[in-house]
Amino acid sequence: MDALFLSRLQFAMATMFHFIFVPLTLGLSLLVAIMETRYVQTGDEDYKRMAKFWGKLFLINFALGVVTGITLEFQFGTNWSRYSEYVGDIFGSLLAIEATAAFFLESTFIGVWAFGWNKLSPKMHALSIWLVALASNLSALWILIANGFMQNPLGYVMRRGRAELADFMAVVTNPFAWQQIVHTLSGAYLLAGFFVLGISSYHILRKNEVTLFSKSFRIGVVFALVFSLLEVVQGHMHGAEVAKIQPAKLAAMESLWETKKSAPQYLFLIPDPENERNALEILPIPGALSMLAYHDFQAEVKGLKDFPKEDRPPVTLTFLSFRTMVGLGFLFPLLALWAFKIRNKLEENPRFLRLLIYVIPLPYIALEAGWVVAEVGRQPWIVYGLMRTSEAVSPIASSQVGFSFVALTILYTLLGIADIYLLAKFARKGPEPAN
Amino acid sequence: MLESIWFLLWGVLWAVYFMLDGFDLGLGTLFPFLARTEEEKRYVLNAMGPFWDGNEVWLIAAGGVTFAAFPRAYAIMFSGLYTALFLLLIALILRGVSLEFRSKIDNPGWQKIWEICLFLGSFLPALLLGVAFANIFKGLPLDEQGIFRGNLFTLLNPYGLLGGVLFVLLFAVHGGLWMALRGSGDLERRSGRMASKLWAVLTVVLVLFLAYTAVATKLFTNYLKSPLWFALLILPVGGLVLSRVYMGTQEWLKAWLASALTILGVTAFALVGLYPALLPSSLNPAYSVTIYNSASSPLTLKIMLGVALIFVPIVIFYQFWAYKTFSHKLEAKDLEYEEAY
Repeated sequence: MDALFLSRLQFAMATMFHFIFVPLTLGLSLLVAIMETRYVQTGDEDYKRMAKFWGKLFLINFALGVVTGITLEFQFGTNWSRYSEYVGDIFGSLLAIEATAAFFLESTFIGVWAFGWNKLSPKMHALSIWLVALASNLSALWILIANGFMQNPLGYVMRRGRAELADFMAVVTNPFAWQQIVHTLSGAYLLAGFFVLGISSYHILRKNEVTLFSKSFRIGVVFALVFSLLEVVQGHMHGAEVAKIQPAKLAAMESLWETKKSAPQYLFLIPDPENERNALEILPIPGALSMLAYHDFQAEVKGLKDFPKEDRPPVTLTFLSFRTMVGLGFLFPLLALWAFKIRNKLEENPRFLRLLIYVIPLPYIALEAGWVVAEVGRQPWIVYGLMRTSEAVSPIASSQVGFSFVALTILYTLLGIADIYLLAKFARKGPEPAN
Repeated sequence: MLESIWFLLWGVLWAVYFMLDGFDLGLGTLFPFLARTEEEKRYVLNAMGPFWDGNEVWLIAAGGVTFAAFPRAYAIMFSGLYTALFLLLIALILRGVSLEFRSKIDNPGWQKIWEICLFLGSFLPALLLGVAFANIFKGLPLDEQGIFRGNLFTLLNPYGLLGGVLFVLLFAVHGGLWMALRGSGDLERRSGRMASKLWAVLTVVLVLFLAYTAVATKLFTNYLKSPLWFALLILPVGGLVLSRVYMGTQEWLKAWLASALTILGVTAFALVGLYPALLPSSLNPAYSVTIYNSASSPLTLKIMLGVALIFVPIVIFYQFWAYKTFSHKLEAKDLEYEEAY
């Protein structure tokens, strides 16, 4: 195994592991902020206990998110030094802005919030969790603008053998980046919504703190419903943007080999990349792919065979991840609608509540799959159309990367187990009793 | 000019990182020697409680600014020091989770694991940062393409190791003083005494390091060219002397501030000697990575300067406020509190 392959493997592992913790941070920070604001407004101690309970889970989750985040910044330099040198003028600045404008705020006020319950006025304390929520969402915004540059490079000029910044506003207003921002944040919020629904259901089923958890349920269900609906609608627009900007990725997402007018979508399909065809295609919906990509049943959709082999992304992984994401993406609004419908008679629906406990992992799977589509589907490019991943790797020995990959994998596995154990322990334990 | 301003800012970020996370890392290093009972252990952990995370961001900012302002230096430094940086990374991950995890479960075995991780996760970063920077002062084996011709063991030369020891001691004194400031009774007394004892060792090592630096590096060239810069020595020397004076009078805040001045002063003294290089090459001075051959475009440097001038003062303002709010003497009720470490 060479340094390139190991570096890709390590990047995928470290980033996907980090992203287990990110979406809950993004969404739950807002939910806790809303709960604590309700406490400040109404003085109802239930809301304070609620904010403390969900806040505790938030902190346990946050701990791993923050420590594994450093790996992400470091590994551009350690493993992708040629990339860093080539686009650092733009990409590096975006990371630096993320650190100065968002990370400081987030990390300072998470400490203030966690240790400040008895030291700050209730208003100031609620403000600190709002600042954490604002900062973590701002950091998502900047890192997605940076990723947007890798997906759809804009606002640069080639000079001195590298991509230099030519138009900062073009970089910041990159339409592809903004599609990703809305898509990722909605995904994070719906994940947090279902997280709150699942754990609330667990306690309501056990008749534990039913009032408090029914209130939590009713806050969580709004998030789950609004953002799962938004995700479907906006996901469609995002797909159309991919069709326009990254046609090879779209073809891989759909495993479409031949360029076709009025391209159908198959409900069931098995790709066969070896022979550049699909082994099985059943249940076609005529013209559906043309419609989805170009809003026109007759439109021509480019197939993979129209791209040189060396410019095609891995088909099977992109296709399967896309199907997983979309399938789950359609399930979420249905579940959320049902949860919304029963929100005032929760105890009469034990079966559905039990189901919601098992739904907790599904948004995680959908979000990770979405990132596989975005990143694997962009291959073989690290910066779309500008630099290949194979040209971006550092001049380092594969033994070094092998060591760091094994060490990180072992460490992350152990930490992941410990963190999920703690999350489960405190989620089961429930809030501190009212005094 | 822009490049030089960014060199200054780059240095400031590293210096502030050493000053702030320095006391966390130092206190984590002293942890096994300082805290005897469960109560004392928790006092030590909660002394860094609300701060360590915000302090660590200065490292992320320093890394981010290296990437933004000097992308070629970032690329060469991070890929060249690959294994050392991954060790640093793993250690810092362990430090953070130890603090968060240890007191969540009331089980001696569980707590012991995280106490060991806290020590390793604090001691190793101090050592590695010292080794890395001493090697940068000395020059890295960089060829004409900026490829690092060496490995982890290249870094473990006597000068590099002495740099590592220096950082461990600087941070340990700094951490001991922080604990004296925030602890009371026996813990306060022992923390102060430990800081005083380590101070003597630190002074010896600092003098040795300075002398070795004259031999092993070219850092003094800038000073010999314009000797006025030698006046800068007043910062580390003054800080060192004052910190000892205030240790004697048990004025811990002043002693801690003086120790912070020592750390800032040592960093400043070294970076003035380094300028305008970021990564000198030990193979051939012409291969050195300087602020000129690694800087970003003027447009990026200007935009980022605007960003830094707006946000860094704001950051300093709210971090200062957070320190004022939380740096009181710890009491028993701070441990009873449910989110406490």
